[in-house]
Amino acid sequence: MIGAEFVALSLPPILIGCLAAIACAIPGNFLLLRKQALIGDAISHVVLPGIVVGFLVSGTVSTWPMMLGAGGAALVAVLLIEGIRRVGKLEPGAAMGVVFSTMFAGGVLLLEQSDTSSVHLDVQHALYGNLESLIWLDATGWASLLDAQALAGVPPELPRMAITCLIVTGVTALLWRPLKISTFDEGFARALGLPVRALGLALVIMAAMAAVAAFDAVGSIIVIAMFICPPAAARLMTDRLAHQVWLSVGFATLSAVMGYVLAGYGPLWLGFENSVSAAGMIATVSGLILALAAVLGPRRAPRVA
Amino acid sequence: MTLGLAARDGRIVAPDDTTAAPLAVRGLTVTYGEKPALFALEATFDAGVMSAIIGPNGAGKSTLLKAVLGMVTPVSGNIRAFGRPVSEVLSRIAYVPQRATVDWDFPTRVIDVVLMGMARELGLLRPIRQDHRDRAVACLSRVGMEHFADRQIGQLSGGQQQRVFLARALAQGAELYLLDEPFAGVDAATEKTIVAVLKSLRDAGATVVVVHHDLATVASYFERALLINTTRIAEGPVADVLTSETLQATYGGRLAQAQLAQILG
Amino acid sequence: MAGASHRRSSRRSSAEMWGLGYNAALVAIGAGLLGAGAGITGSFLVLRKRALVSDAIAHATLPGIALAFLVMVALGGEGRNLAGLLTGSALSAWFGLLCVGWLTHATRLSEDAAIGAVLSVFFGFGILLLTVIQSLNMGRQAGLETFLLGSTAGMLYSDALTIAIGGGLATLAALVLRRPMLTAAFDPGYAVATGLDIRRVDLAMMGLVMAITVIGIKIVGLVLIVAMVILPPVTARFWTDRADRVVLIAGVMGGLTGLVGALISALAPNLPTGPIIVLTGSLAFAISLLIAPRRGALAALLARHRYQRHVHLRQGLLALALNHPVHERYTLRLLIHAGLANPDGTATDEGRAAAARALLDESRWQVLRADPAQEIAASHYDGLRPIETVLTPDQIAQIDARLAPRPLP
Repeated sequence: MIGAEFVALSLPPILIGCLAAIACAIPGNFLLLRKQALIGDAISHVVLPGIVVGFLVSGTVSTWPMMLGAGGAALVAVLLIEGIRRVGKLEPGAAMGVVFSTMFAGGVLLLEQSDTSSVHLDVQHALYGNLESLIWLDATGWASLLDAQALAGVPPELPRMAITCLIVTGVTALLWRPLKISTFDEGFARALGLPVRALGLALVIMAAMAAVAAFDAVGSIIVIAMFICPPAAARLMTDRLAHQVWLSVGFATLSAVMGYVLAGYGPLWLGFENSVSAAGMIATVSGLILALAAVLGPRRAPRVA
Repeated sequence: MTLGLAARDGRIVAPDDTTAAPLAVRGLTVTYGEKPALFALEATFDAGVMSAIIGPNGAGKSTLLKAVLGMVTPVSGNIRAFGRPVSEVLSRIAYVPQRATVDWDFPTRVIDVVLMGMARELGLLRPIRQDHRDRAVACLSRVGMEHFADRQIGQLSGGQQQRVFLARALAQGAELYLLDEPFAGVDAATEKTIVAVLKSLRDAGATVVVVHHDLATVASYFERALLINTTRIAEGPVADVLTSETLQATYGGRLAQAQLAQILG
Repeated sequence: MAGASHRRSSRRSSAEMWGLGYNAALVAIGAGLLGAGAGITGSFLVLRKRALVSDAIAHATLPGIALAFLVMVALGGEGRNLAGLLTGSALSAWFGLLCVGWLTHATRLSEDAAIGAVLSVFFGFGILLLTVIQSLNMGRQAGLETFLLGSTAGMLYSDALTIAIGGGLATLAALVLRRPMLTAAFDPGYAVATGLDIRRVDLAMMGLVMAITVIGIKIVGLVLIVAMVILPPVTARFWTDRADRVVLIAGVMGGLTGLVGALISALAPNLPTGPIIVLTGSLAFAISLLIAPRRGALAALLARHRYQRHVHLRQGLLALALNHPVHERYTLRLLIHAGLANPDGTATDEGRAAAARALLDESRWQVLRADPAQEIAASHYDGLRPIETVLTPDQIAQIDARLAPRPLP
């Protein structure tokens, strides 16, 4: 299994899956602590209308217009949620539900109304991506990792996801202290003169970046699952924020690797011919990790008030 | 009765606005909906004095602090600290929010909370060195919490949480301390510790403003008091301010005659 | 190209408009009934601030649908039996709901995290099972994907009937249960005092949400069903402050949205039922958000502006009365505009009179608020309200009697 075929067919999807999972899990930690976990859910729903609009405006299924569209949609959604919450005095959950379901419905309608039969653009793809198809045809074995010519042929999703992951990690490290303070005690953060709103927005933009970069490689399911499950599982393991973030990165990686391997090889081991959805399996594994943490995690117990 | 002038954006200089008092509020009106939380409020807090803000629930006490720190946008009014707009002098102000506004389940330790008070000097990336830690522990020992430095904050009692918050404010090394109900739901020992620390701050020249709800202790803790109920009812030395008339005006029927007699001695 | 086909289809559809198929009519009625039930039930969910629990329930149906299909095929049956699939979806939705409750109560995670975790994991597992069905080659075109976004195309008569009856039953159940649910949602303390078991009411509410979800996924799809539960109550909230009216308006709104949305989507191809129903509801929401009296955005903006003017005018008048100079330009401009002050900041005759009135009013209020016997009247004080609106002339005369000997400080 660990041979030339592995490098060409399995290594790129596994790497991309890991990078996507990590890029989502890191901002997910802060969203979880801010009780905004479902913002990730909302963002990944509005990616669909975003890519459809990006496609309709540009007329092609090229990456950048669609990613721009998705990013724009995420930003519009976040601003709308905040605006509706304030103007309508609604609870955040209801405001989110209103915005993402409306935008998603709009996306589906646009998709039905436009002629996308010639291009590979549909709801299913946006939901569960196509991790298995991200293969590296130029690879002939492990040596290809050092071969510049072969490296030029890696799926473009890989460098894109790597850069996104790097940016998310870098920004989180840079803003670590203000993010931590404003997440813990917003009033005190304001009194310190920290730009609390801008920090909140930066966090959501980071989450949106991760979601947008990840959706087209792995689909929305992984995005939602990775925003919530690894951080939630990590929360039940430790009482230190830094440890929690590192643990969530570990759980995200574990989910991606185990999920991909189980989906790709599991059915073969059981004697079936076809593999099953890697995205679905990764989400399932992350859920099992969370379930284990909820039963065994040393810091699982609710605080007695 | 005096009522303030409306002034917005700090553009208007009221007659006594040249004052460099640590905190001066002029014509402050704040509303959350139809009814104002504060209306045309006037208040001045003098340097080196411990003052209490007193009033019934919903009188606008916490709102006053929030407006001072820019957490709510006033309908009208002008707020100055040390003679300048508050946003310019935030580094000279320390704030202790109500304990209940924070999720004490947050994954962090006591010492990390105190280090948050040094956020301005630490900036984004400057490493936390041993002397920062030493200072944080020193702040903790001033409130009697030095042995709890490595505890998870969720394990603290209410009084201990409040003392940690005060230690964080001490770490800010400010000149003006604003505390929102620091004595709410804390044990007697904590209350004593907090009062002692605040008095030592005052003795060192700092200005202390406390939102307070226990009328029985006002006279022994504070020199000056501001009585508010949406508007200012009275302001001045505690002995002058706490009269049956002003208390009646502040609390209305909520204060029984027996209580009144007790407070006024 | 999209435009051309659209135009063509709309011409054809207008010809067919009155010949709406029997199935389509049944679906529209079903969608209307379902919408009414969803609106009523959703009101309590939103009042309880648990709107997105319904999203977790909806996503948690997917594994149940797939498993029910697998079981039915394994038993040698037809995998696509709607009643069977819906039973499966109800079971897994219930399990998902139990997981949300367990994560919230047995661990330190908050409900929103529990909702997100259940939603994504159950959905992911469901997708996994769908690919299992595909790879086993027993579904070929099992068509289970239609549950994601709903589909009314090619719906069987029995399916349409199931949905219409189910929608009717859900609405009926919501109507029967509305009193206890209202009490539980609004005043849990009172509910307990009257012997109402909140846990059971909550359970019934969740059961209803689940029933509506399960019935609705065939039409609207599990991704969007949450909108049918949330949109009507939040729209209704703009039009009234009374909880029982919210329920009523939400029910009517939900019913109309479902009916109208389903009819519009039946008029032309390329108008998927679920998204059209949702967007119809969204439109009603957006309109309400903008123009509703009192709670709408426009009304709130105007009220805020008016309030700011009143505050500045009042403070300006009091300043004039006390002979303080009016420094702020906005205040001064308002005074001048109202003919109360001259451009140099001094009061006009009219202004002097108004200022005296304002000061008298304010002084009366101070007396009133200092009187413990008048606490209820004093609670109307907001700095702007004339005292005449609260007290009778006799009462005011009494206050004036106390006012006279005590000069203002």
